[in-house]
Amino acid sequence: MLVSGIKSRPVYGTLAPNEQARLNIVFADGEGALAVLAMKPAAPTAFWARTHVIYVAGGSAPQGHFAKLQALGTHSCHEAPTIASALPRLKALLGAARMGTQLYLAGTEPLMGEGMRVAGEYGIRHQSIRTEHRGSLARRVQCVHCKGITESVTTNIVPCAHCGLHLLVRDHYSRRVGAFQGVNIDAEAPGQLPKVEEVFK
Amino acid sequence: MTIAFRDETFRDDYTFRNSPHAIRRFPFPFHEDRYMYAVNIEPHALPGPKGSVVEFAFDVDEHYVSEMRDRELVLRQDPLRCQALPHMMAAQWDLLELIMTSFARDYPEHFSLERDGERWHWVNRPLGIDQRFVFGDALTLPYEPMEYVTRQAQGDWVIVDQRDGNLWMDAGMVTTQADWSLDFDIGMNFFEWHGPVPLAHELGVFERALKYLMQVRVGSPVRRLNWTMTINPLLDTAPERYPVWGPDRTTVTPDNVGHKAHLRVELQSFWRLPRSNALLFPIRCYLIKLEELVTVPKWARRLPRVLKSLPQELVDYKGLTRYRDTAVAWLSRYDDGAPTSPGGGPD
Amino acid sequence: MAVRPQSIKVRVAEVVPVTPLVKRFRFVPLAGGLLPAFSGGAHTVVEMHDGAVVRRNPYSLMGSPDELDSYQISVRKVEDSRGGSVFMHERVKAGDEMAVSPPVNLFAIAWDARKHLLLAGGIGITPFVSQMIQLDRSEMPFELHYCIRNDDRGPYWRDLQQRYGRRVQVHRAESGLGMDVEALLVMQPLGTHLFVCGPGPMIEGVYATARGLGWPEENLHSERFQAPATGAAFDVVLRRSSKRVHVGTHESLLEAIEAADVEAPYLCRGGACGQCETGVLACDGRLIHNDHYLSAEERAAGRKIMPCVSRFEGRELVLDL
Ligand code: FES
Repeated sequence: MLVSGIKSRPVYGTLAPNEQARLNIVFADGEGALAVLAMKPAAPTAFWARTHVIYVAGGSAPQGHFAKLQALGTHSCHEAPTIASALPRLKALLGAARMGTQLYLAGTEPLMGEGMRVAGEYGIRHQSIRTEHRGSLARRVQCVHCKGITESVTTNIVPCAHCGLHLLVRDHYSRRVGAFQGVNIDAEAPGQLPKVEEVFK
Repeated sequence: MTIAFRDETFRDDYTFRNSPHAIRRFPFPFHEDRYMYAVNIEPHALPGPKGSVVEFAFDVDEHYVSEMRDRELVLRQDPLRCQALPHMMAAQWDLLELIMTSFARDYPEHFSLERDGERWHWVNRPLGIDQRFVFGDALTLPYEPMEYVTRQAQGDWVIVDQRDGNLWMDAGMVTTQADWSLDFDIGMNFFEWHGPVPLAHELGVFERALKYLMQVRVGSPVRRLNWTMTINPLLDTAPERYPVWGPDRTTVTPDNVGHKAHLRVELQSFWRLPRSNALLFPIRCYLIKLEELVTVPKWARRLPRVLKSLPQELVDYKGLTRYRDTAVAWLSRYDDGAPTSPGGGPD
Repeated sequence: MAVRPQSIKVRVAEVVPVTPLVKRFRFVPLAGGLLPAFSGGAHTVVEMHDGAVVRRNPYSLMGSPDELDSYQISVRKVEDSRGGSVFMHERVKAGDEMAVSPPVNLFAIAWDARKHLLLAGGIGITPFVSQMIQLDRSEMPFELHYCIRNDDRGPYWRDLQQRYGRRVQVHRAESGLGMDVEALLVMQPLGTHLFVCGPGPMIEGVYATARGLGWPEENLHSERFQAPATGAAFDVVLRRSSKRVHVGTHESLLEAIEAADVEAPYLCRGGACGQCETGVLACDGRLIHNDHYLSAEERAAGRKIMPCVSRFEGRELVLDL
């Protein structure tokens, strides 16, 4: 029972500097660094001087993006090994920030999902966040049955990492959970699975 | 009029039935022999026709006590079915006030409310509840106000916040839903939570509905009907438990379809909550067995015609794929081909 | 599809002069009992029967949302307006019967805000009176900056200061706002929502400052009570109801349509909410757009009009009503 064409998929944009903002916070992972670097022609030096960068290299580490980010002349530029380990720093920056702060999220959907969730806790409505998707399309998937999250899902159907049910990955996305919805695919006919395809690379 | 409350179950042995009276007042949703989405919203003008499900603000019927017992079982199993984001407290009190004042006014033999400033005294006779509390002080009730009052009111209750030109689903008590998850959808806006609905986006239905709903005013509620089908009289068809109830769809046979298959109708209404400016979205579920439904000749003729003409996307979305044909075949025995009168009510 | 709400018959219980230009009116329901509850920032539309002309003007409800035996509004007399405020000041007396609409809120509290920063200019104080009662009761942080000409010209500032102490700050200046908006805005914590109510130029000025400091649109809220502009009389054809309607100098297009018994939706009656948007089927002449809703492109295209405030000049106007 594949239902497709769902409209709750987040729509991401292209990063552009907010020159009015008095403080900028950039949170990026992997190829998201390229979206940040792409702002360079449009952003004056003063923009970078008002900007904090938190970067998670992940699989892109060999490309050396972090060095290029450091060369931008930002107010601070921090590298974190994982998204989770970057969050305390992001929270500290948001906690001290005033109105007139612009948040930028660039890279994978899990990074942007986490960034938005945390930003919401500090009173930033998601519409005012600038985003750009780069790199892997792999998804975080929440099993609607056991509520466990399965990370880095690249296939249309995936076994839940927690309860083991075969989940159909729907386009239905929750900003609050920061994940797509996974629903058991073979409840009505156990073991009968549609072809498993790699669709979110 | 005193309602005779039935003692019945919506799980395990499924003893749920409709009395002949309940069948006559069933909100049959089809106004003609076919179905398509439309912005079918109308004023919820009160009081409605006497004895109908829209006579009063919120309908209390013969299933009340048993439905409330079923809700209690669902919440014991899964407390995530009742959630409110922190900024919805004012709206929770609005909801409590609306339900209590409506029930006490419309069903005085079953409910009463005395108000002395902020000191309130609520009596719910069918459920044996007698509660004194301070309006506005959540710690004088055993639950938060929304949970407290919706454990005593049939149907699901969703509260949406209005901001940024959109509606946001920020609180709800949802245990009788047609396959959607409050826990997953909470916090979404109007377009996002309707994301999985096929066809309607393309028709512009949601844009128009949103514009209309945002101007709903205090004291002028509106309503619409929606429908699907369910195998067994299961109120709680939550996606969380789909692995448990989904397989029931494979058990339908020509012999049992009249008893097992139910038309499931939602009476949805929309209310502006006065003090929070939030919108309240009650979704009341009515179930009727096909064998009960065919006792009304007009409905017996119309339902097979509607089901036959349903677009495949809708058949799939509503989860009818496995048993639609069986149901149509069974129902068609009661369709003599005679023309049907316009409108949904029995002739 | 929109249903015109039933108006509520009320009696004027009291008319109190507040400043030389502002009077407060208190309405009690004719039928007794309580009026519909409302939320902070809500308004009611007051119906004024001035001879053959029926005016409907929106005014903020400024009583407490918890005391519903009466509604209170404050009206500032504007001499050169088309007459609504002058009518209220000169003709309405205690004991009169009038009609008001159920409450509508287009300036609602942002319940998810971490702080409310309220900016009022003169009579723009009115929606904040009920908002602050709710914010205070809900223990939500807020701060009001109230700009007045001088101590005699600013309604209610003494009461408010007494009630809320340091959360209310009054700025006095014979011209301008008498305060440094930029200095105020840069200090606000993340998650602050800015609410402005006052004259048009004040709202525009504050918005420009906030945008210049990087405030997102989602955090900016304003309410302007703009009386429908007066102008030359004209005729309009309502295609669906097959009617020709005359719009007089001192009535709005919307009021003329209502007087002809044609249902037209509305909420704010001030050109802001978009609810009254009406299709223009033919236009031989010039649409005078006085609203704040249509985009520049929509105005240029000339296919829509907001009848609550906008007018027409020319030979023939045909509307989809
Ligand atoms: S009624 Fe609000 S724009 Fe006309």
